[in-house]
Parts: sequence; C-alpha cells; structure tokens
Amino acid sequence: MNFAVIVFPGSNCDVDMYKAVEDCLGQPVDYVWYTQTDLSKYDVILIPGGFSYGDYLRTGAMASLAPAMESVKKAAAEGKLVLGVCNGFQILTEAGLLPGALRRNQSLKFHCKYVDLKVESNSTPFTLDYQEGEMIKIPIAHGEGNYYCDPETLKKLQENNQIVFRYEGLNPNGSIDEIAGIINEQGNVLGMMPHPERAVHEWLGSEDGKRMFTSILKYWRERNGAA
Amino acid sequence: MQHKEPTPTEIQEQKVYREMGLTDEEYEKVLEIMGRKPNYTEIGIFSVMWSEHCSYKNSKPVLRKFPTKGPRVLQGPGEGAGIVDIGDNQAVVFKMESHNHPSAIEPYQGAATGVGGIIRDVFSMGARPIAMLNSLRFGELDNAKTKYLFENVVSGIAGYGNCIGIPTVGGEVMFDPSYEGNPLVNAMCVGLINHDEIQKGVAKGIGNPVIYVGASTGRDGIHGATFASEELSEESEAKRPAVQVGDPFMEKLLLEATLELIRSGYVVGIQDMGAAGLTSSSSEMASKAGNGIELDLDMVPQRETGMTPYEMMLSESQERMLVVVKQGTEEEVYKIFEKWGLHAVVIGRVTDDDQLRLLHKGEVVAEIPVDKLAEDAPVYHKPSAVPAYYEQFAGLDTTEIEETKDYADTLLKLLSSPTIASKEWVYNQYDYMVRTNTAVMPGSDAAVLAIRGTRKALAMTTDCNARYVYLDPYQGGAIAVAEAARNVVCSGALPLAITDNLNFGSPEKPEIFWQIEQAAEGISEACRQLEAPVIGGNVSLYNETNGVAIYPTPTIGMVGLIEDMDHITTQDFKAEGDHILLLGETKAEIGGSEYQKLVLGRIEGRPPQINLEKEKAIQATVLKAIREGLVKSAHDLAEGGLAVALAESCIDGNVGAEIQLDTELRADLTLFSESQSRILLSVAPDHVEKVKGLASEAGVTIAELGKVTGENLVIRLNNSEIINQPLSTLKAAWKDAIPCLMT
Repeated sequence: MNFAVIVFPGSNCDVDMYKAVEDCLGQPVDYVWYTQTDLSKYDVILIPGGFSYGDYLRTGAMASLAPAMESVKKAAAEGKLVLGVCNGFQILTEAGLLPGALRRNQSLKFHCKYVDLKVESNSTPFTLDYQEGEMIKIPIAHGEGNYYCDPETLKKLQENNQIVFRYEGLNPNGSIDEIAGIINEQGNVLGMMPHPERAVHEWLGSEDGKRMFTSILKYWRERNGAA
Repeated sequence: MQHKEPTPTEIQEQKVYREMGLTDEEYEKVLEIMGRKPNYTEIGIFSVMWSEHCSYKNSKPVLRKFPTKGPRVLQGPGEGAGIVDIGDNQAVVFKMESHNHPSAIEPYQGAATGVGGIIRDVFSMGARPIAMLNSLRFGELDNAKTKYLFENVVSGIAGYGNCIGIPTVGGEVMFDPSYEGNPLVNAMCVGLINHDEIQKGVAKGIGNPVIYVGASTGRDGIHGATFASEELSEESEAKRPAVQVGDPFMEKLLLEATLELIRSGYVVGIQDMGAAGLTSSSSEMASKAGNGIELDLDMVPQRETGMTPYEMMLSESQERMLVVVKQGTEEEVYKIFEKWGLHAVVIGRVTDDDQLRLLHKGEVVAEIPVDKLAEDAPVYHKPSAVPAYYEQFAGLDTTEIEETKDYADTLLKLLSSPTIASKEWVYNQYDYMVRTNTAVMPGSDAAVLAIRGTRKALAMTTDCNARYVYLDPYQGGAIAVAEAARNVVCSGALPLAITDNLNFGSPEKPEIFWQIEQAAEGISEACRQLEAPVIGGNVSLYNETNGVAIYPTPTIGMVGLIEDMDHITTQDFKAEGDHILLLGETKAEIGGSEYQKLVLGRIEGRPPQINLEKEKAIQATVLKAIREGLVKSAHDLAEGGLAVALAESCIDGNVGAEIQLDTELRADLTLFSESQSRILLSVAPDHVEKVKGLASEAGVTIAELGKVTGENLVIRLNNSEIINQPLSTLKAAWKDAIPCLMT
C-alpha cells in the first residue's frame, strides 16, 4: 500500500506524517513535491499541516492551486483516500474538496495543546478502528481552525453523518457545532484540524492517533487483500 | 533618502563617524589601518564591525576567562554556533542570541527576527534545527506598555517559529521592574548534525565564487548592530526603521535549500548575513580563511532602487546567506535554490590580496584590509568598581523581616506571582510538537527531545535568576549555571555544555563592568566544576533606559544528553503512595527570593550561596538514581522554594501530598527559602532505601518528607499543620494568574 505525503513550499508537518506512516504501518511512503502531477502509484494521499506558502494571502489558498492538487482532485474522484490535517484541511476546503472554511481562532491566538475529541462516526475508512462515541486525546496546533459553513451545509453534514470528530469540553477555536473534522459525501476525503500523526507514541503524550492509520490500512486490505 | 554622502575630509572634520558610534581614537586607528581618510562606505563598514555587537570590544577580556574546551567539544566560540559530540557520529549544535533593543521598540518584529537570526546561525553550520527556547524578561504586568511588549514578543516568537516549523519547547519568562523600559528577548536554537557535515564560515580557494542567496537587500536594519550597542532613550523610538521585518516562509525555504546544498558537497564556506549583514559575513569569511574578497555590488539583489554601497553593506535585511562554493559548480547550485524558489547569484570572488574590495557601477568604492577590519577592533579594559549597594548589603540580616503567619495565603500569592505562575498562556501559543520529537513539553524543569533512530534524547533549558546576580554577581553567575545543570539532570540528562547570553547595562560604568567581571568569574567556576564548557554565546550591553540599567542577566542555555529514553524524568508526582524525598539542605536564605520580594516589595542582602562541590555531588546522585530506574519524579527547587516546588509537582501530577517537616528553622524560611542545590524526588516505596543509600554514599543530605496522596497539599511543621490546600485552589492560583493579567 503506497502513501504519498504532498510537500508544498512551507509545509512543515510533512515529516510528522511520514514518520507516523513508517512507525504505525511500516508501509511504503514518499514525499511528493508539489510540482508532481502523476499520483497514480499512490493509494492514499496525505496533505500535511504547516504553513504552505507561509500562510500568506489566506491559509491554504495558494497551495490549493499547486500543480499536484489537480492530481489530488483526480485521485479523490477515483475514490482514493485523501487525508488533510490542519493546513491540509485548509487546503482541501480551499480546493473545494470539502465544504466550508477555516477562520481565525476566536481568541485570535495560535493554540498548541492536547484536546479531547469525540469520534462521531466509525464508519469512515479513517476511523474503522475507533468506537463510535469514543473519546480520544489528540493535539491541535493552529491559529485558524475555526470551522465555519452556512446553515444548509451544516444541516447536510449533520444529516449525512459527515461530521467525524467533534471537540469535547472547551471548544479551542470557536468552530461551528464543535466541528474538528469532516468527511466528504463520498466518504473518501477527510479533513481535520487536530493532528493524529502527532499522537502515535506514548512518549509523545498519546497514541490515540495511531488507529487512524491502522484504520486506513484495514480499509484498504478489506478491498485489496494483504498490502 | 537621497542625500549627498559626506566626503572623506568632511567625515574627519565634522566627526561624522561619531554618529555611527566610533570614537575619535577609533577613527585614528582606522586612519592608521587605511593609510588614508576613509570614505563614507568605508567608515560605515568599520563602525558596524567595531560595534560592541560585532567585535565584543568591551567584553573580550572577560570572555577570555570562560572555559571553552572539553573532550566532547567539536566547535567552541567563534563560529555561528558551538558543537558538542553526542556519540554515533552525531553532534548537537546550539547557540543563544539576544534581540533586546529591537524588541523594546518593535516587539513583534524584534522578537521574530531574533528567532530567525539564531536559526540561521545553526543551519549555516550544516545542522538541522530541532528546537527553540526563549529566555524573556519584562517589567511587572501592571501597566499597558509592559503587557503590550509581553503580548507582542510572545506573538512574534510564535509567528516566526510556528511558521518555519521548528518547535519552541522551553525557556523562561520572568517579570521585574528593572526590565520595564528594556525587556530582554534571548532566543536559543538547538540543532543536530553528523560530524562529517559540519560547515564553517570560511572564504577559501582563490577564485571561488561568492554566492548571495535569499531575500533581496533593502534599506531595513541599517546600523542595527550599532543601535544594539547603545543605551535606549526617548529617541530610540525614532530608530524603529533600524528594526528588520521577518519573513519566516523565506527562511523555511532558505533552511531546506541550504541543507540540501550542504549535502551536495559544493560548499566551501557559508555564513548567515546577520548583524552588519553583507559587511560582517564577507569580511569575517575572508579574514578566517586568510584571503581577500571582492564583491560587485551591482549584482546584489536589491529590493529598492538607487541603493548606495553604504546602504547595501550596512543593511540588515533578514533571511540572507553568503556562500562560497567550488568554482564550476555555480549552475548546480542555482538549480538547488531554484527548486526552492530562491534567488541565488554570484556577487563576487575570493581573492588573494587580503582586501575587502567593493565595486559599484564599475568603480572601486571601498578597499579595506580585511583581516584588520575583522580582527583588529580595539579591545577595552574598562575600569571596574564595587557598587555601593553591594557594600551596603554586606551586613544585612535578611531574616529580620516580619514573618507572615498565613503560610497558605503566602503560598498562593507566590504561585500567582507571574514569575512563578504557569506559563501555559505563553507556550500554548508556540507549536512545541512539530516534527514529533518532543518527549517532554514546556512546563517541566527542562524540555526533552528524542533523537530519531536512537535511544538517545536531549534535555535543554535556559536559566538565570537575575536578582541573585544583582545582589552578588559571582554567586548569581555560578547559580545560573548550576540551576541549568540541575534542571537538565532532573530530566535524566548529563549536562554537556552551555551557551550564554550576557545581558548587562553600560560597560562604561565601572559598577556595571564589575558586575560583568564577577558574573563571568562565577559562570566560569561553575562550568569548570560541573564540566560544562562554554561553546558560544552573545553579549548584549547597554541595556539601560534613561540611564538606569537592568539587573545583570547572564542567561545560561544548557543542553544535556539522555542516554536512554527510559531515563526521561519529569517533575510531576506520578502515583499515590510514592515517597517524597528532599536532597540538599535548607538554610535561612531569602535574599533575592520571591518571598522577600513579596513581603518587602524589594530585594536586598546577599543571595543564596552555592557550594559547587555539593552541587556536583547532588546532581551526580540524582542522575545515578534516575539511571538505575529508582526515580518517579524529580524537580529542582527554585523560585519560591520548597513549598512552591511541592505545589508544582502536585499540580502537574494532579495529586496531593502529605508532608511532615522536622526543623529548627522558622516556618516561613523552611517553606520559602531559596537555598541552592536542592532537588525534590518522588520514588516508589520499595526504592526509598536504595535512593537514601546512594545519597549517603555521596555525602548528600537526604530527608524523607512524606507521601504522594489525596487531593490536598498538607504540610505539617514539627507536628502542627501549617498548610492544607485543595489541589484545585493551588491550581487556580498558579494557572489563572497570567491569563487574568492579560485579559
């Protein structure tokens, strides 16, 4: 099973994502430079966090127009799995692969800390190994994670069971309906602000993020046999 | 901007050089070196190279005292950063640098570019930066100006560090009126390198091309180094244009491109364009290699039109590097930079005539003997004198204060004093996890970063209690090193080396120079005893506002090596039933303490005294106990003394403790004395005797204080209960203090 970690100028959680795949799954993983347009050899595309293009203009705006994103859109349409974390989530909304937008945190400050998340759905390819309603501990690190969408979109997200993660307890950024992560209607493109790839060892503070990666592998094996 | 530059004769007759910070004697020395009157560009170049910031002309005689050698030291002071061997062909690279004056007048950009500058120092050595720390000092948080400075300095550090993607994992923040007009912003960067990848800033190989890479040169930061070498005053606000603006995205590209370039093997020498920009990087690289350098300024990428040679040479525009590469590799080098979207251009050559020669529009506009420029800056042995306050404090009995009988209330007040209170408000704004190596987050005695692919980890900290240094610079200097080492040891690491950032007032004042000398002696002695040499650092003098100096603040940045991840230890109590042990002796020492400040509203007397042999013994004992797997938690006793340390270990561990103290010392002194060389441990019941055994073998005083238990911190002194506070109350006092002051 082949993983791609897309690297834009200014991406900085690319390493975290790469190491998480190595450590959790031991499956082949490549850094893919933003100019590359052929992603056909990859089964899963990971869009890492960080500050693509310095977050200048608007978070994710410039990266969403990078050459590699055309191929990401194509892969998404083919049903391949796409996971965007933090800046990756912002890029996916800017690219129109996920609805809504990420605004500045209500506090107007960057927040880096562990938060409690509720797994709202375990029927996605990314959450098979979690229990529905399970509480997990995953860190956030963002200044613009305040998810917003219009009321109709929100209603659709709720009705289609597209809200995958919600903040439990104190909402760290003011996001609508406590949303921390959502999936597209087809169920193969997930965007989330918290960083599962940073919670993969006890010594990092939590290993609750590990199961996101094992879920992906499980989903793939169910369809393709052993990796 | 376009006004006519004064002629060489006008410079001499109208003493134009004085505005640039050069004295008449220094101008005479320039005349002697040049053998003619220097033109405006040339005198500008001398003035920045001979500023305190670049030449250390006032501090050199003091810096020479530092022990800089050790079996693990691969690179001592003199390059971008120092390097220490950590085995397996790996080494750790680190350095700390100040950006105090820029931060005083433009806190966001001042702090941000401070972070950017120190990161460049580390990656220009070829190292991958893995962590940042910051040591910050502000006035009291009781006025709008200080809050503005605090808020924006933190924002600036966060803005730069988060964007470039290097975790900001630790440091310290302290508040005292002495920093009100002159905050301190000291940034430390730690990097990792393989031995065979170490780079130096040398312009070797006659004819080799000199390549400029990174951001274009603008008119920002002209004379920044000179500005940093004078006192702040009301006129300083007018020097805001001397503060540069940071571009962390550009630096991220520069960082990745530089590391890729270094791996390519084309590089001969590389140096960051930091203070004094193109001037210092070019002349230092040439001087170190014993060569000359010729630059064609028309080739320098310029952000603005009509820039003069003077402006280009003195600009401190950020995110620029100067690289000397092997002849013939230019095209390959350009390709690497192009991949990262960066502009690289040959602007000159290495020459054999020992001159710094600048060409502009086809003419030679400056020609200076480069070695004399870089190495022959004047060195001053300033007069020193014992300050009157130090003499006055000699006989003062600091224990003659009225004892506050409400110990719980005092403890809560100490916990909510901003210097002691939780710094979560600060570090939650920093991404301290990016790159996923952070094994111990900010908030413990030291931050710990794992080294991937090994069992090793690095512990790192910054420390300086400037009140102690003020009251006794020798003791205070030694304590700063000892405390840093203690923090590193409490995390399970062996101290390796230090970087120092010497923040002082004006060296022209004999009393201040005495502080510098004494502090350096104390630091040196502690470094020798604790076997942690000085591998680099920075000097920031003239930290004064309207003639009043800050407390002398020689900040120590230390890195230690943890041999096995299993040895990583934190300060929080882990499990009910564990025994609490105190190593070291508590004496009636409250000079310079938080308790004294709280009760008297000022500090006075002598600070706690340190015995470095005892310090060494206690550190060795704790490290041994940790390595033998006997220790659950370890916490250094610092500001606020025993009571505060107990409260912190309880709060972090989310568990109470019951403590019984048997002592003849007065209760307030027992609780709040800041005696040195003390460490609080918690250990499982069946390991207590083993730990006691280790302590007695080493002649270290050890006392069993009580147990980790319940939801209250209960302290009994000679069988009477003097403190009984619920964890929630302690936690609220400690955690809410800074957020409350900042909203």
